[in-house]
Parts: sequence; structure tokens; C-alpha cells
Amino acid sequence: MRPFSYQRVDSVSAAVQAGRIDANGHLDAPVQFLAGGTTLLDLMKLDVMRPQRIVDINPLETSLSDIAVESGDVRLGALARMSDVADHPAIRKDFPVIAQSLKLAASAQLRNMASLGGNVLQRTRCTYFRDVSWASCNKRIPGSGCAALEGVNRKHAVLGTSENCIATYPGDFAQALLALDATVDIAGVQGDRTIAFRDLHVKPGETPHVETTLLPGEIITAFRIAGEPWMKRSLYLKIRDRESYEFAIASAAVALDLQDGIVRQVRIAIGGMATVPWRSEEAEAVLTGKPLDEERARQAAQAAFAAARGRGENAFKPELGRETLVRALLEAATLEF
Amino acid sequence: MDASSPLKSSPPENLRDRCQTLDLVLQVNGRSRRVVADPRVTLLDALRENLGLTGSKKGCDHGQCGACTVHVDGRRVLSCLTFAAAAEGKHITTIEGLAPQEGDLHPMQQAFMDHDAFQCGYCTPGQIMSAVACVTEGHAETDADIREYMSGNLCRCAAYPNIVDAIKQAKPLMRERDA
Repeated sequence: MRPFSYQRVDSVSAAVQAGRIDANGHLDAPVQFLAGGTTLLDLMKLDVMRPQRIVDINPLETSLSDIAVESGDVRLGALARMSDVADHPAIRKDFPVIAQSLKLAASAQLRNMASLGGNVLQRTRCTYFRDVSWASCNKRIPGSGCAALEGVNRKHAVLGTSENCIATYPGDFAQALLALDATVDIAGVQGDRTIAFRDLHVKPGETPHVETTLLPGEIITAFRIAGEPWMKRSLYLKIRDRESYEFAIASAAVALDLQDGIVRQVRIAIGGMATVPWRSEEAEAVLTGKPLDEERARQAAQAAFAAARGRGENAFKPELGRETLVRALLEAATLEF
Repeated sequence: MDASSPLKSSPPENLRDRCQTLDLVLQVNGRSRRVVADPRVTLLDALRENLGLTGSKKGCDHGQCGACTVHVDGRRVLSCLTFAAAAEGKHITTIEGLAPQEGDLHPMQQAFMDHDAFQCGYCTPGQIMSAVACVTEGHAETDADIREYMSGNLCRCAAYPNIVDAIKQAKPLMRERDA
């Protein structure tokens, strides 16, 4: 690991001041915030991330780790730990897709450490990104090429890819946030702002090293959800190569407003398949206003993956993704509460 | 280093201060221990190299195997993915501090022996620290729950069935003891 200096901050304003130094992409900035550290230390040990200064924001835990469900609305502080949110009774009862997405991720130890803010910013597991002995990775070294395009790419993305990057977004919780139309509170040097969660991540396009719309120094302070009673009818279905402690090879987050068998509204997000947390409005459009049966679920799944593109080893993924979504939709329809 | 530390009030001018040395006080197994270290030192390395507590093991050093599991403020975490500096002010318990007094065994340690829940033993301190937390968290109610909530601790000798049995033996004893 390369040398760096360590600094602790005890206010959000001190954090954003310390982190405001400009960089190509937020995640490669010379100043990095330390929360749970589960991504950061790993990537520093691999020499993928090389921050010059670590700003430890854990002292902000007292003000930024609240888990509040009030009048049906949810506020999750960015420093709340995955395990605490996954075990929270009101979250489990009224927003099961959140609890399930968190519980099915990582291990008990990692969930005790990892913060929600860090979780959504976790970086891809692409081997060519994580192993610096590979010369070509546009995320790591902009303009260097992408070794995964013709490489070992069984786990790589089939949605939202470009000729420059097919690295999969690895997280689970982000799909739950999409399915519940969450917003993100952000603090920065210029002041506070709130954006839709779906506007946080950006597809690789020409600049795979730019992964989010966060500006230098900006810090996620909270996630918020305008709760609806029907969000109890939500779930996260995760398909993995092994039963536990593994990233998704395919996943679906579904929140379904179903009345008398008719879909009033539905929100669908897909994980393990895309370069960013992926919302499928195409699939939602197929279902909205219609009865939900297996045939309709299959049509929705077709729509969700109409633009999917496999390359080599990951050519099986669109079919797995479709089957995953069909199962998630049908399971959501049969939920009783 | 505390809130009044010079580092905090006036951070070094250069982002990367190659000479920065942190003077830390860690609360380990109920004792205050001083650690003078480079910011890069992880909690695992501080325990093993600076404090001579070699019970916590370095397996993968990347948060994948669980051999380095310790308790921080009563919660199981991975010491290899924790900077020592970030653990300052928190209560750290390692396998060495699990038993109430020297010579005694914690019920989970005894259960691992009774059920032969290891072969080579390298993963065992991490398994035991994780197993104790699994019980206190309330995640040891069924075999399936135990397997799920112990999945972050790998055992290359594959003693998994015996580990599940050991946890089932220790669970009521721990509750009796803590009642």
C-alpha cells in the first residue's frame, strides 16, 4: 500500500472542505473518504486506488447513521451500516426489498462495517480492473482499452455497456433504491442538493472512469424514500454461483402495486447484468394497467433485455436475467400481507 | 490521537505526508495499548505485529476469508479491512480476550474442541469470534441461519458441519451464562 496521510473530521462541512480537490473522476480523487473501508482498503492493497489522503468520516456517525421510518417515509443516514438497516423491524416489514437486498449481500462481518453510502459507491469486481498487472482497463487508466471485451467475461454486463467498458455494477442495495424511487441527499462545497438515486450513477460511455455525478468533495448524507403502503409488496431475488456470500450473477428488485390482479404501478430494477444500477421502464410499461400472469411477466422480461448484448462467455446472461425477472414478478404477485 | 490532535486542527500541507506517524491508543481486551504506527497499518497488523496478539489470523488480507474476525464495540468485523487509526476509541476484543480469565475457555471454544470443529486450526480464531457474534446477534436459531450467518468464515478443511454442531452446543450455554 502506498503512503498516505490520515485525517479525522467531525463535521460534514470539514469533510467536504477536506475532499474538495479536483480530479478526473470522483472515485479516483487524491482525497478519499473512509467510512466502512471495505472497498477502499481492499483496492488500496491491490494498488488500484492510490489516495494521498484518507479523510475518516466515521466520527460523523452520530449524526449520519439514523434509520427513520416516519409517517411511512424512510430516511436512511449514509453512515448507517448494512446490518442495522437489514435488521430494522419497520424496514423489514414495510420495505422488504431493502432488507433483503442488504441481507443477501456480502458477509455478516462486512455488513457490520459497510455503510450505505459506501455500498452504493462500491466498485466493480471486473478482474481486469482489480488486477493492475493488466495494462488495459479504461476505468483504471483512461484510454488504455478494455481487456474484458475479448477476455474472461462470464460475469460482465450485458446492459448499459459501451465499446470502452463492460464492467458490471456489483451492488444489490442500489437496485432496491431504484425500485422504491429513492432520492439521495448530498452535501458539498457549493451547498446541499438532492437528486434522484437513478441520476447518481452514469453509464461508462466514453469515460468509464467517471462512475457517478458526484462532484469533488461531495458526500452522500442520506437516502430517502417517499413510502407507499404497496411497497410492502416488494422483494429482491438474487441468483448467485454459490448459495451465500457471493455477488449477483443476476438479480431483480421488484415493487408492485397490485389491485384485484391488475398492475397499478410497478418498478423494476435489475442487478448483476448492467454497468450501473439498472431500472427497466420498458418492462414496467408492459405491465402497467394490465393483469399480471406468467405470459405478461415473460413479455416484460423480453422488453427488459431487448437491448442486452452478450459477448463471448456472458452470452447466457440475458436468458438468466429474463428468468430471474419472471420469477421475481410472479413471487411479488403472490405475496400476502 | 484524539479530537485535539495537531493533525486534525492543521493537516499537513502536502496531501501525502510520507513521514506521518500516528500515536494511537487502542482498547484491546479491556486494556489500553499504545500503538505508534504509519497510517497504513491495519488493525490486524497492529494486533499481530505491534501488540503480539497473534491469535487473529491473516488469511486473504482482503476481507474474503474471515480469519481476521474480531469484535469492535461488540460487533464482529474484519480487522484486515480496518485501519488501526479508525479503531481508536473503540473496544476491541480478540480471541485472546474471549475467555473470562486465563486458563478458562469460553463455551464456544470448548464446543469447538468437543465437536472437532477444525482440522488445521488456522481459520478457528476467526470462526469462534464470528460464532460468538452469530449467537449474540440472534442469528443461530436454525441450522440454515447458522450456515448463512457464518458464510463469511471460510474453512479449507471443510469442518463446516462440526462448526454448526459446536455453535448449537454453545448457544444455550452462552445464554445461561449471560442470564
